[in-house]
Amino acid sequence: MSIAHTMPGSSAPVSDADPFSIEFFEDPHRIHDELREAGPVVWLIRYGVHAVARYAEVHAVLNDWRTFCSSRGVGMDDYATGKPWRPRSLVLETDPPEHDRARAVLNKVLSPAAMKRLREGFAAAAERTVDELLERGSFDAIPDLAEAYPLSVFPDALGMPQGGREHVLPYAAVVFNSFGPDNELRREALADAAPHMAWVAESCQRGSLAPGGFGAGIHAATDTGEITPDEAPLLVRSLFSAGVDTTVNGIGAAVYCLARFPDQWRKLRADPSLARAAFEEAVRFESPVQTFFRTTTRPVEIGGVEVGEGEKVLMFLGAANRDPRRWERPDEYDIARRTSGHVGFGNGVHMCVGQLLARLEGEVLLGAMARKMGAIEISGPVRRRYNNTLRGLASLPVAVQPANA
Amino acid sequence: MPNIVFVHPDGAREELEIAEGTSVMQGATAQGIDGIVAECGGNCMCATCHVYIEPSQLALLPAMSEEEDALLDGTASERRPNSRLSCQIAVTPAMGGLVVNLPERQV
Repeated sequence: MSIAHTMPGSSAPVSDADPFSIEFFEDPHRIHDELREAGPVVWLIRYGVHAVARYAEVHAVLNDWRTFCSSRGVGMDDYATGKPWRPRSLVLETDPPEHDRARAVLNKVLSPAAMKRLREGFAAAAERTVDELLERGSFDAIPDLAEAYPLSVFPDALGMPQGGREHVLPYAAVVFNSFGPDNELRREALADAAPHMAWVAESCQRGSLAPGGFGAGIHAATDTGEITPDEAPLLVRSLFSAGVDTTVNGIGAAVYCLARFPDQWRKLRADPSLARAAFEEAVRFESPVQTFFRTTTRPVEIGGVEVGEGEKVLMFLGAANRDPRRWERPDEYDIARRTSGHVGFGNGVHMCVGQLLARLEGEVLLGAMARKMGAIEISGPVRRRYNNTLRGLASLPVAVQPANA
Repeated sequence: MPNIVFVHPDGAREELEIAEGTSVMQGATAQGIDGIVAECGGNCMCATCHVYIEPSQLALLPAMSEEEDALLDGTASERRPNSRLSCQIAVTPAMGGLVVNLPERQV
């Protein structure tokens, strides 16, 4: 076995787990548990990187951008030694203070006040989606619900061009596969990426974006000098990258949870005002975004282990969200749980900028389901979708009854 | 540890000891106070730990950042002159007896 690394090993417990393998994607929980129990930091010998899987360490790394930077990439590639596969993101792959200027523009476009303006339209679209599915009775909850609903609201809210929207999900799959190692998933994704990247690049230009949307709002920030005209399309690109596949997997996680935990589904139907909490708990429970890397800017000690400067550190968000040191009954989906502090949306300065939008989508969709739908039964084989970063399903066949049946 | 007084919309009062340096939000959620949701976990990103501070005590609080100011424009319950986000209030010794009024809704 060879370790592609110049450091003389590590005093951390060693694991040969491959968190970017099919075996892992099918069942990450057993390996998460092993990694958490091995110690506060482990050495992943296959990749020559340290990793943290306990809540306290994941939370600490997320909240210390000075030591654990993002500007050298948040995937396995180190931008200090290799060229990024695409122009660097202005928010995801930067550090303060550079990061903060671009982030402030996104914060404004995706603020609580902006969400209030979107709520009515998003809720009406959710009602329509649920009504259509009830008419069908049996459907695949991934394409027909988890993908269909975000695609019915987000592209318009962003102001995406009408033509070419079929590129949105494949583009996001490329982006999230790219954070992993140079494995088959990543190589295949990048090999097929060109047409998706070309469409996204064109769609991020000011002239391509409909007035009144998030994209136009970002470009408007060039008029006030908050960002430059060169930066605006790149900042819009962040919404194309992270605005759809994440909510697709979040909603898919919630539906999968509610189908597997009928007592929680009954509780939600009895009180649809729990819809937002039910979505949030699904994000904790399934952690649709499983992992991100940081790079150390100085030698640092994590849990008694010396980690050198310029080292990649992998954070297992999904493992932190089920760490029994932090959560009671971590493997139970409980919509009455106090979920505040979970790291499903990250934490610290890079915490998901679209978290309010994700919650809005989840809340209005689960709320409409809870009011209109009765029993939900899984009616066929459940298939997982494989991605180096995202956890979710490819197929979830279900049969649903109307609420009054 | 300073005592912080939480007043629910129905007038019910609960008093908690919160360690210096801990935020009012963290202290409240860790001790099970209802009425503070804190969806973002204390990152000044969601406006669901909104509280109304007793006006005479506002000067005890740290200055408001631009981010907090912008978020307060989107709170579920109306913004008032004494609105703050409780995740942005780190408790100091001078805050003993601070009265924190909880809003009707956070989302």
